[in-house]
Amino acid sequence: MRASFVFSEVLTGLRRNVTMTIAMILTTAISLGLLGGGLLVVRMIDRMGENYLDHLEVYVHLTDDVSQSDATCSDEPCGSLQSSLQNAAGVESVVFESREEAYARFQQIFAGQPELVDLTRPESLPASFRVKLENQERFAALEEEFSGQAGVNRVVDQAEFLDRLFDLLGGVRNATFAVALVQAIAALLLISNTIQVSAFTRRTEVGIMRLVGATRWYTQLPFLLEAVVAGLIGALLAVGGLVVAKLGFIDRVLQGPIEANIIPELSLADVLLISPVLFGVAAAVSAVTGYVTLRLYVRN
Amino acid sequence: MIRLEHVTKVYKTSPRPALEDVSVSVDKGEFVFLIGPSGSGKSTFLRLLLREDVPTKGEIHVADWDLTKLPRRRVPRLRQRIGCVFQDFRLLVNKTVAENVAFALEVIGKPRHTIRKVVPEVLQLVGLDGKAERMPNELSGGEQQRVAIARAFVNRPLLLLADEPTGNLDPDTSQDIMLLLERINRTGTTVLMATHDHSIVDSMRRRVVELQFGKVTRDDSRGVYGVGR
Repeated sequence: MRASFVFSEVLTGLRRNVTMTIAMILTTAISLGLLGGGLLVVRMIDRMGENYLDHLEVYVHLTDDVSQSDATCSDEPCGSLQSSLQNAAGVESVVFESREEAYARFQQIFAGQPELVDLTRPESLPASFRVKLENQERFAALEEEFSGQAGVNRVVDQAEFLDRLFDLLGGVRNATFAVALVQAIAALLLISNTIQVSAFTRRTEVGIMRLVGATRWYTQLPFLLEAVVAGLIGALLAVGGLVVAKLGFIDRVLQGPIEANIIPELSLADVLLISPVLFGVAAAVSAVTGYVTLRLYVRN
Repeated sequence: MIRLEHVTKVYKTSPRPALEDVSVSVDKGEFVFLIGPSGSGKSTFLRLLLREDVPTKGEIHVADWDLTKLPRRRVPRLRQRIGCVFQDFRLLVNKTVAENVAFALEVIGKPRHTIRKVVPEVLQLVGLDGKAERMPNELSGGEQQRVAIARAFVNRPLLLLADEPTGNLDPDTSQDIMLLLERINRTGTTVLMATHDHSIVDSMRRRVVELQFGKVTRDDSRGVYGVGR
């Protein structure tokens, strides 16, 4: 097979049909970009899971008056609460965090949102015990034992917040994949249509090729490659789009939570790591679509 | 070179067979006219030889191939040994004369140095040397048909099929094309030409196979178009 011949046929084909080609590339790019976004969220969720599961804690928030009056946990009921927590079954460690310490941590977490820090006064934050359990499933027993005790306002499982956060991220991921899928269907139809139009505009050539005994590969490979090349250009745009979105948008919007270690940072390496997947998907999907289209609609 | 044995071809869309129990054999190097009115089955005859279609019944042999048993993937090999010329030339309008001829070799994967060598040779053979860089629309009808013949002949086919090659040409130009086909025939290529053109058939005095309603009604070794005409 003469590569130069096939290559020039592909270029001619893409040029001849330029509006269609652009539409095909853009749809593919959007679809792949969304797929990539979804994959990045998946990576993020994985990494958050790793980060958090080791450090999950139970918060025992103290009542307002205890928070206010007892900054060192040396009086009652704080002192006896601390010792009974330490002695409770399945508890690994107990750390007391005073109102002032809680406020300092709050300031640190929300350093990226100074308005919020300005609006929040130390009095709105409770003092608390941060309890690390040997096994997070012991939470129910702990909650039952300590909620309602004097000085205790609420017993809170961090895992619950985390579940909600993961639910949210999972939803974002699913929505992204869903839109990516819809876009992918549009992209498939466009690829299929472009190949049909392309084959129609070149029917004289193809007719002559068949007549002089060109093999199927010679007659059909240009169309197939046309789809694959467009798909790969789409993937390139998608990766470019993700990089731009990361640098110009995500980094800025998520700056606070990232600095506070709530959400892991999205690195350029992450984007580059998923790009082979996007290129692979683009090539495979466009090749298969092209092949099926040629089989179904174009006489060989 | 060509052998049809009791070939019948029925199309789904028509109750009457396009060809009915046709048996014809053509030797290597022969020049044969295939005549008959429109709808007599000439085109079907040619389509079957090109393996564009398979017969409903009977056997077809072209060179060493049994077309009824030829698998699809082997069809390109067959077609590489058959040249085709049509009434409407079928040239690529965006390619030059030389590119049109070269196209037939490029798409079957011939190496570039071969193409560079044989294209000028065949253009000279058909009398188009000096017009290699012209575009088809700059040529007369006769010249365009010469390009088509060059393209059909450039790969040195065993068999040249011509479907009314003079149908769009004036009598003088037609004569020139016939001389060219004769010259090609003298190189040993078998030529099978479907035509309506009385004067050509009468003047050439070659073998004539006549089809009517899908049946062979005449097979003269040195025939004229119509008996008594």
